Amino acid sequence: MPRRFLPGPLPAAEPSGPVDAETTASLAARLNAAAQRRLGRSLAIRHVNTGSCNGCELEMRALRGALYDLERFGLRFVESPRHADVLMVTGPLTRNLRAALEAAWDATPDPKWVVAVGDCAVDGGVFKGSYAVENGVGTALPVDLTISGCPPTPARLLAGLRALLEAHAGER
Amino acid sequence: MNPLAMLDAAGVEDCRPWPRRVLSRPDWSALVAALKADAQPALLALWADTAQVHALLLDEAMATVLPVSVAVEAGRYPALSPARPLAAWFERLVHDLWGHVAEGGRDARPWLDHGRWPHAQPMAPRPGPPSTAANPPELLPAEAEDLMQVPLGPVHGLIGEAMHVRLTARGDAVLRAESRLGYTHKGTLVLMRGKSPRAAARFAARLAGDATVAHSLAFARATEAALDMAAPPRAAALRAAMLELERVAGHLDALAVQADAAGLAGLHSMLSTMREHLLRGIGAAFGHRLMMDCVVPGGLAADVAPDGVAAILAPLEALEPDLPLMRRRCQALLGRLDGLGVVSRVAAFAWAAGGVVGRAAGRAFDVRRFDPACPAPTPPEEHVGDAATRGRVRLAQIADGIRLVRAVLAALPEGPVSVALPTASGEGIGCAESVRGDVWHWLRLDHGQIAAAFTRDPGWSLWPLAEAAIAGARVEEADAILHSFGLAASPVDL
Repeated sequence: MPRRFLPGPLPAAEPSGPVDAETTASLAARLNAAAQRRLGRSLAIRHVNTGSCNGCELEMRALRGALYDLERFGLRFVESPRHADVLMVTGPLTRNLRAALEAAWDATPDPKWVVAVGDCAVDGGVFKGSYAVENGVGTALPVDLTISGCPPTPARLLAGLRALLEAHAGER
Repeated sequence: MNPLAMLDAAGVEDCRPWPRRVLSRPDWSALVAALKADAQPALLALWADTAQVHALLLDEAMATVLPVSVAVEAGRYPALSPARPLAAWFERLVHDLWGHVAEGGRDARPWLDHGRWPHAQPMAPRPGPPSTAANPPELLPAEAEDLMQVPLGPVHGLIGEAMHVRLTARGDAVLRAESRLGYTHKGTLVLMRGKSPRAAARFAARLAGDATVAHSLAFARATEAALDMAAPPRAAALRAAMLELERVAGHLDALAVQADAAGLAGLHSMLSTMREHLLRGIGAAFGHRLMMDCVVPGGLAADVAPDGVAAILAPLEALEPDLPLMRRRCQALLGRLDGLGVVSRVAAFAWAAGGVVGRAAGRAFDVRRFDPACPAPTPPEEHVGDAATRGRVRLAQIADGIRLVRAVLAALPEGPVSVALPTASGEGIGCAESVRGDVWHWLRLDHGQIAAAFTRDPGWSLWPLAEAAIAGARVEEADAILHSFGLAASPVDL
């Protein structure tokens, strides 16, 4: 008998596995103690689309649904880079969007981190070498964490973001 | 003279399944004049290669597609935009990519080229030096002192598209919305050129993540048409089911985004949970949650997993009993959208708007009619054309899509799911119904390699209609109207 969605209480968020220790360690090394004191166990994320096909966005939106429930970890998406600690960047970084990405970076207060989401953002993906793209976010900004996949599944996105969170909470 | 009669008399080049008419320059100009006087046929797309400019016209009464071409002479061709306003954006694209100038065009501003590419006209035989197009791009100025301009984007929304919409408002009332795209241009057409159809299918699949099956399928059908072959029956049936699954998931996502923006947390939670269970079933069946790269020219990349049909049917069976409840709970959302962002029936036909936008306005055109593997979809009976009606059409399409998936999977033929592609030459057109409407692909193969290709996403007609629908609304309603269209930038920016 298939499980029904409703009526009844809303579906509970699903348990989430342990955080990858290796990623955590490498990230922790990048974060200084002052940043952790200021931010605590909470990160505000601003999404910046640098030419994505919207596949990554579909999976990122799933994180906000009840089953992944990003906010229970202290992670939330915000509307402005001025409120953000993390820029989550999708797309291969088209030449036409480089100025917009740099403006978003400049508007984000320090300390700040950049997460490259999806194969395109990592190195340009299938669009690598095109006249119109700059082959990934790393060509414009220092990237702290890459989450590969085309697109990465929500579970993978969540694991990456939790590693980022643990890294700077763990060093307090 | 009737434009269709003019085309009947024209010379023909081989293009399957719809032969391509080639007009002389005077005949093309006469066609433009005739189109000015007649609302039909509608324009679907305008594009080019190095020697010709091509238009794709749609004769709705006959459900026939008419590709028409004219030779480019000294880098110029007579513009189509005086007769079909939709052509204006295409003419700007043709200039930015190939360098051909539309004589008498309505708008000569750059479109895709924001002055940042290493060379201008990247599709021309000899690309030019970098252009001096303005970045940020030039938009229409405000003409009066009491007007204010509200920019939206290119970094906009919570998790959204990279696009720019400039609202010109007097107080709270939007007088004009002008969208500016091209930000996500990735050079897809250049990347496809010179590749085999199988290799180029990866680019077709990445035009739009929410329409990856539709674009892959239209591209595969264009290839198969060019090579005069067909996918095996099992592949054709699975493709029809995959297309419906993608559309159901897409409508759930579009409604979830709207519920989220309206602050309806419970409805957002319900819709996104339904979608997530569906995507997990799809992932188990096809190996990818969005079915990216699953449809390839010649058939499918792989057969459905042994227990895949059950994995798809389980979430659908769980979803179906909750549909009446979902419809009831959506009333809270639809009530807020009543009367917002109206697209008239006349506009829907004139701009050949498909999908939810067209159906909500009373234009039922649906390219699934060309697919013998798809059972007949239920045509909606709507005509108001506002955002609430678009929401109702989405709800109806979710229920209808589930019905179609079950019907197709219940009678799934056995056999192979792909055939080898011959190394041959030819030209073909393919189409598929995406979550936004009809997607078209055209390509020309030269000994198994892509010599030229183009794709028409429904966004080409939806973005201008969204602009018009926002004008007259209030500034804070603009986002809700944009969401109701479910627009995507990437498949239009190429």
